[in-house]
Amino acid sequence: MSITQLPLLQQLVLVLAAIVLFTSFVLLAQARLVSAIHAFAWQGGLAAAVTSVVAAAGHTPHLYFSALLTLLLKALLIPWMLHRLVHRLELDRHVDLLRRPALVVMAAVALVIFSYWLVLPMVQQELTFTRNIVAISLAVVLIGLLMMVFRQQAVVQVLGFMSMENGLFLAAVSATGGMPLVVELGVAFDVLVAMVLFGVFFFQIRANIDTLDVDRLNRLTETGGEEP
Amino acid sequence: MDYLLIASTWGLALLQALLFAALAPLLVGWVRKVKAWLQNRRGAPLLQPYRDLYKLLGKEVRVAHTASVLFRAAPYVVFIATWLAASAVPLVAVALPTAAIADIIVVVGLLALARFFLALAGMDVGTAFGGMGASREMLVSALAEPAMLMAVFTLAMTAHSTNLASVVDAQLAGGLVLRPSYLFALGALILVALAETGRIPVDNPTTHLELTMIHEAMILEYSGRHLALMEWAAQIKLLLYGVLIANIFLPWGIAGSLAPADLALGLAAVVLKLLALGAALALAETVLAKMRLFRAPAFLNLALLLALLGLLGHVILEVGA
Repeated sequence: MSITQLPLLQQLVLVLAAIVLFTSFVLLAQARLVSAIHAFAWQGGLAAAVTSVVAAAGHTPHLYFSALLTLLLKALLIPWMLHRLVHRLELDRHVDLLRRPALVVMAAVALVIFSYWLVLPMVQQELTFTRNIVAISLAVVLIGLLMMVFRQQAVVQVLGFMSMENGLFLAAVSATGGMPLVVELGVAFDVLVAMVLFGVFFFQIRANIDTLDVDRLNRLTETGGEEP
Repeated sequence: MDYLLIASTWGLALLQALLFAALAPLLVGWVRKVKAWLQNRRGAPLLQPYRDLYKLLGKEVRVAHTASVLFRAAPYVVFIATWLAASAVPLVAVALPTAAIADIIVVVGLLALARFFLALAGMDVGTAFGGMGASREMLVSALAEPAMLMAVFTLAMTAHSTNLASVVDAQLAGGLVLRPSYLFALGALILVALAETGRIPVDNPTTHLELTMIHEAMILEYSGRHLALMEWAAQIKLLLYGVLIANIFLPWGIAGSLAPADLALGLAAVVLKLLALGAALALAETVLAKMRLFRAPAFLNLALLLALLGLLGHVILEVGA
């Protein structure tokens, strides 16, 4: 079924999902910490928008609740907490450059193609109109993983982790029409607790090695701190 | 009867090409005017670019002693190639014979030809600035062209044709379809257009500051009618990209038949779209600052990424299984 046969509302879902994928790329390549947090907030907001439009297009009103939960948690609360953390760690103007941006972005494009190939058998089952988004959400998960591999800064790695969670949420919405409410609340609570724990860890790491560059954790000396 | 029809369509195609050349300075004048308003100036009159061209055409040509034949021929080649490329782009009506001759890849090729001769002419006299400008132009265009072609392929995959008229027809026939691929292709094409026409943030069209200029550095040695042709070609190129963006992504209003009422509507629609695009360009140039030259590859990488996402978005989201 091609896009021209879908109603306008379902087309809007696809457009929003594509923009979610784009924000994943922005997140991957964004050097400024504060801008990266903003990009993450946008991704959360867009995931919420996708969910609410799916709810409107597929007549599944319980999805409105998950959309609201995502909006409050991913687009407002967690970005706000990260903002406050970054401010307290005095990293407002921190710039964390990717080593080879063009190469990493191309790797992410390859991941998109890989996830499309992976999802292809599932797409052929002709489940719902959101089935094409499963590939997108898998790609968001994988790009979040890529981000945790290639970025050195702890806050950005947490952003990668959280964007993976966005991808999983999107996959749940697009593949099965959302999770049961209990599961959803549980996951939301887990993410929130994880966020609080990450905050504590940031301060611990910072107190021990005086930076949030986690590559330094690989070194054995604890006291020196000088460059070898 | 058939003979008459063919003659009239060719006449219209010729008229459209002439209209392209005639409207180009107006768009530049409009962009400058809006920019002046945004900076709280009154600005030069709207028709100032025409006066500049007229003045330059009447002036004597001075050529450096070291210049070769290529330097004299380049303005004509650049102007004709750009104009030919423009004549293949549907401005007012779709169903014209020129669209059947050249598809979008030919348009890209003609623009590349113009750019090649522009860069050669920049290096021909042997001044430092000309060579510098030529090398920078080649840097920008080498990165912009893949992105442009990727965006074009995205459109072509949707319309199943690289012909511009067919692309526009397919878009019109489909009605309002929200396509993720078109969104990304539009973004990519806008970034490429900014880079290729030498606008902020890649190049500043008003500067003569040696360290930053790209386009101006190449045509620094030109004077008189040669300079007029070079400037005019640059203006046509800006209009070409504007029409490409306006008529491919928002084709509504363009004349499908050759009836006079349709043609008038098509003209009014395209003028309105270009006014809006020109105002948006002026606003963007007022808000943004020019990037350092070495940031330009990152800017064009973004264009390439957008175009790639457009392609992938088409395959993943739009085709379906």
